[in-house]
Amino acid sequence: MAMSESTVDVLPELKQIVGALLFAAKEPLTVKRIRKAMIETGNGFGGPYEQYAKATDVQIEGAIEELMADLDRSKLGLGVALVAGAYRLQNDAACGPFVRALLEKNQTMRLSKPALETLAIVAYRQPCLRSEIEEVRGVSVDAVLRKLIDMQLVRVVRRSELPGRPWLFGTTQKFLEHFGINQIEDLPGSQELRRAMPVDEKKKDTTETFPDIEKELKVDKSSDEEEDDNSMAALDEEIQKEET
Amino acid sequence: MDLIKDDYKVSLEVFEGPLDLLLYLIKRDEVDIYDIPIGRITDQYMEYLQLMKVLDLNIAGDFIVMSATLMLIKSRMLLPVEEQKAQEDEEEEDPRWDLVRQLVEYKKFKDAADHLEDLEVHMENVFARESEHVELGVAPDIDMRDASIFDLIASLNEALGRVQEEDLQEIFAEEYTVGQKVTYIVENLKIAKRITITDLFGGMTSRQEIVCTFLAVLELIKLNRIAAVQDDHFASIVVEPRDPEEHVGGGIEDLEESDEIEGELI
Repeated sequence: MAMSESTVDVLPELKQIVGALLFAAKEPLTVKRIRKAMIETGNGFGGPYEQYAKATDVQIEGAIEELMADLDRSKLGLGVALVAGAYRLQNDAACGPFVRALLEKNQTMRLSKPALETLAIVAYRQPCLRSEIEEVRGVSVDAVLRKLIDMQLVRVVRRSELPGRPWLFGTTQKFLEHFGINQIEDLPGSQELRRAMPVDEKKKDTTETFPDIEKELKVDKSSDEEEDDNSMAALDEEIQKEET
Repeated sequence: MDLIKDDYKVSLEVFEGPLDLLLYLIKRDEVDIYDIPIGRITDQYMEYLQLMKVLDLNIAGDFIVMSATLMLIKSRMLLPVEEQKAQEDEEEEDPRWDLVRQLVEYKKFKDAADHLEDLEVHMENVFARESEHVELGVAPDIDMRDASIFDLIASLNEALGRVQEEDLQEIFAEEYTVGQKVTYIVENLKIAKRITITDLFGGMTSRQEIVCTFLAVLELIKLNRIAAVQDDHFASIVVEPRDPEEHVGGGIEDLEESDEIEGELI
């Protein structure tokens, strides 16, 4: 790593900086926000610090991975996790009971089976209709769905183009955080469950709308992951986009 | 007898729906899901429904629908193969196929739900910095930007509370109309851009004037001319124009006329 080969001894290496930022941050950090701090510091201090401004997303991600491995190896009780697209410092799950005792969080609410089933269907099939969920579960899901929306685990994505313009549901950022998932695609068997045949067959007359929606979603995603742009304004814009 | 009843009750409540019950029956008898002995399973399913009735459990309509489906499949299976073909499309498969497909799919999502449950239990032990454990329930970070109708009504009440008791003996002529107030709000928003509800009602002393103003706010929100927003929990509600260049100002005249009637009703 170029950073660690700096001529001045006191200059921290990228891995250290990333660790310090994750420690200090009150919320999960995206790579872009880390890079913004690097650029600001680099430009502000100048001199040997200028090299930090040049750190790329890939370098930062590499540093985080290094940090992850180091923490894991040295059994510090801490780790870095990638949840909902952002990195955060968290305790090792094995130490959870102690942390819970310390924080007096022994009463945690768990979701019921019907809620979990409904949530699983929404997660894999999103954006999906209430009728699709009911088809899979074989029962009415009205009340469960409403509760999940109240809990902010499920949200209304938009109205579909089907007759009566029923709502389409999807999962929220909080869903990812609650289950510690980075993205929906990380759920096991997501390809298979997403493309299960009955829905495809039955939705024959509406096939035009669904690929469109998926295309739209893909466009959204790819625009978020644009190549490194070093201008601060662009970075700010991206960070803002991520946060909204 | 009571004991047995309770036992049944406990095991029955586990089923989330007819599919869940069917899966349970299939698993219990270790039958091949792709080759369900429909007669036996139907009988067992009906037995359970019967039990639920005896136990006074509310049987959801979904359970009844499934029993009808099972009966239909059973009756089709009884038909000789040739007659089946004659009755149905050439391509028609095993009458159980639809149900099997549904069951298999349900099973997959049930497994997926189990996985989510494991993750949830795991995450119970994980705390991020700031001990920000993600809590379920209506969270404070909810977007408060859009004020609800109840917030608006609360402000109306507040404004009405400030008004002195009117002299009820006299009958006043209708001084204010909703349309008038619409114009008033629109004109003011052209200058101020943002007005708090409190300021809007400020200085108004008549009940009727306040009500008209309130209705004007609702009307303008309905027409998407203005938005009522709240920057924070319990913060004062602010009205601001929506898309100021395009909308505000246009078509206000007709509104003034049509709403006159409404205003007078109050």
